Amino acid sequence: MTTISSPVYILFTKNCLLILLLITSLVAKVYAVEWSGYATVEYQRFVHRPLYPQQPRENLSGAVQLSFVHKWDNGQQVFAYVPFVRLDQHDKQRSHGDVRELTWLRATNNWELRLGIRKLFWGVTESQHLVDIINQTDLVESPDGEEKLGQPMANLALIGDQGTVDIFILPYFRERTFPGTKGRLRTPSPVGDEPARYTSGDKQRHIDYALRWSHYIGDLDIGLSYFDGTSRDPSFISTGTTLIPVYDQIQQWGLELQATKGSWLWKLEAIRRSGSTSSSDYNATTGGFEYSFYGVFGNSDLGLVMEHLYDSRGNLAPTPFQNDLMLGLRWAMNDEQSTEALVGVIADLPSKGGAYSLEASRRLGENWKANLEVRFYQPKKASDPLFVYRSEDYAQLEMSYYF
Amino acid sequence: MRKWMLPLLILLPFNVIAETPEEKGMAIAIKADKANTGWQDMQSEMTMILRNRRGDETTRQIRNRQLEVIGDGDKALSIFDSPNDVKGTAFLSHTHSNEADDQWLYLPALKRVKRIASNNKSGPFMGSEFAYEDITSQEVEKYTYKWLRDESLGGREVHVMEHYPTYKHSGYTKQVVWVDKERLQALKIDFYDRKGKLLKTLTAHGYQQYIGKYWRPAKMEMVNHVTNKSTTLNWNNYKFKNGFGDRNFDKNTLKRSR
Repeated sequence: MTTISSPVYILFTKNCLLILLLITSLVAKVYAVEWSGYATVEYQRFVHRPLYPQQPRENLSGAVQLSFVHKWDNGQQVFAYVPFVRLDQHDKQRSHGDVRELTWLRATNNWELRLGIRKLFWGVTESQHLVDIINQTDLVESPDGEEKLGQPMANLALIGDQGTVDIFILPYFRERTFPGTKGRLRTPSPVGDEPARYTSGDKQRHIDYALRWSHYIGDLDIGLSYFDGTSRDPSFISTGTTLIPVYDQIQQWGLELQATKGSWLWKLEAIRRSGSTSSSDYNATTGGFEYSFYGVFGNSDLGLVMEHLYDSRGNLAPTPFQNDLMLGLRWAMNDEQSTEALVGVIADLPSKGGAYSLEASRRLGENWKANLEVRFYQPKKASDPLFVYRSEDYAQLEMSYYF
Repeated sequence: MRKWMLPLLILLPFNVIAETPEEKGMAIAIKADKANTGWQDMQSEMTMILRNRRGDETTRQIRNRQLEVIGDGDKALSIFDSPNDVKGTAFLSHTHSNEADDQWLYLPALKRVKRIASNNKSGPFMGSEFAYEDITSQEVEKYTYKWLRDESLGGREVHVMEHYPTYKHSGYTKQVVWVDKERLQALKIDFYDRKGKLLKTLTAHGYQQYIGKYWRPAKMEMVNHVTNKSTTLNWNNYKFKNGFGDRNFDKNTLKRSR
């Protein structure tokens, strides 16, 4: 076991960046043509003065993601390598590297085998992704939790007329990233000064398993999944000056459903999770719809998104979304610059607090893209998990070059 | 012979002689569909050039694969190679002649497959002057027809026909189509919008015959008369009978098409 997991283990230690560079330069020499990727510069400006003296009011950051894809055997075999590096002006924990993908794929008519580090996605809803459990959240990348860390795995997909069955063996656990002392959007006591704790004695070497069946029948897309292993969502122990993440052993059933009826997309995600503590033993759902208007103001599409977020732990839930309503408006101009915008609010129904966001993007010329992101947090109660973000309203402008 | 068949027998030759323009249009459409049946599967590369009013150009590269489905609409998978920010984005459609198409989009940055609504057929494809309904599989049932006249266009003998979309969300009230009499392929189409006004004109050029039977254009030009924008599609590397099956057009293949 040790011999198999040790190279993987090394990859995620502090030498990560060095090894990243080494593999990158090796592969670059062999196949110079099959590279693509992006480089991005990000400027963040916070509306309020920081709550803690070490934190900045504005922040610059840059990131590079390379993507190497080599296909052979008529596309039935693929090798992909996607390293990612970010450097942050203030936050040491946000300056990080990751292997998003380092994977080999073999596909046949009836099965697909994937070995290595990978990112994947399960789910249908927009406001949050309950069922999506394989990859850990790269939280320092974005507070919305949409960015993920690469996950080492062996994945066999069995493909038949009755849908696809995916079997996963996940031999190594990735800890969530958290902003450091000098980072914004963090908890009052930062996370990361002390090593994480685990319910399992195997800690990060615990082998997790997952199964998923997915299919579509007419206008219905369905996914049913089961996960047994280390929870990707930690609970926390406070030492007074720092928070220690605690990762429990859990079992989770997940259901994804989408019915596509004309301009209506009806969506449901539900999970049943059991674990050894009260905070890791619960049910949660996200359900709602997306309705689209076409050909508005010329050629634009306008989508209206509404979802309800429920968590059986109620006010004890460590997530802010225990009884919340998400309303969103998606606008796609369908122009040659692919101009798009999404405005949304997730409102806490009991307390009337909410998180507001605007995301907009537009291509400039052939290779550049501008992204604007604005987030406002309006928690109404100190018990709302969003309360730690009460002074973290920000606007962010990103300029990316794609090659 | 029963008595009631007698009037039918009298009517029959009369009908054949006085074929209405609608019947003649339908007959041509069926003949064209038949001539384009049996190609099984096909792949091609497409360069899309978008031109705005001032003549500024932007380019997109797309790889296409199609599977012929007898008795229903075809299946298609398109993979975008450029612009670079959408590289790897892929679009899968299972078209149907009588019900809504099934469409999925793969977003490589999120690794997410999204089932998308398929009733926005009149919307622009990739910011171009082509609508989704202009480029998806053309089934006989998708229109009713009327033959107008025969004439010659650019040295080719053509039927001039009107196509009326049966699909209620179509962006058009009618299309006037110039069909090559011999090759049974459209050389020119005028698109009339929902108000009945001339909106766009499509011309197809450089038809070549593949595997001894099927005609495909090397270039298509769509001009929007309202906005003065235009889009050119250049087609390369048509390959027929690649041995594709349903499996090459499922969600699993969509997810790994990069």
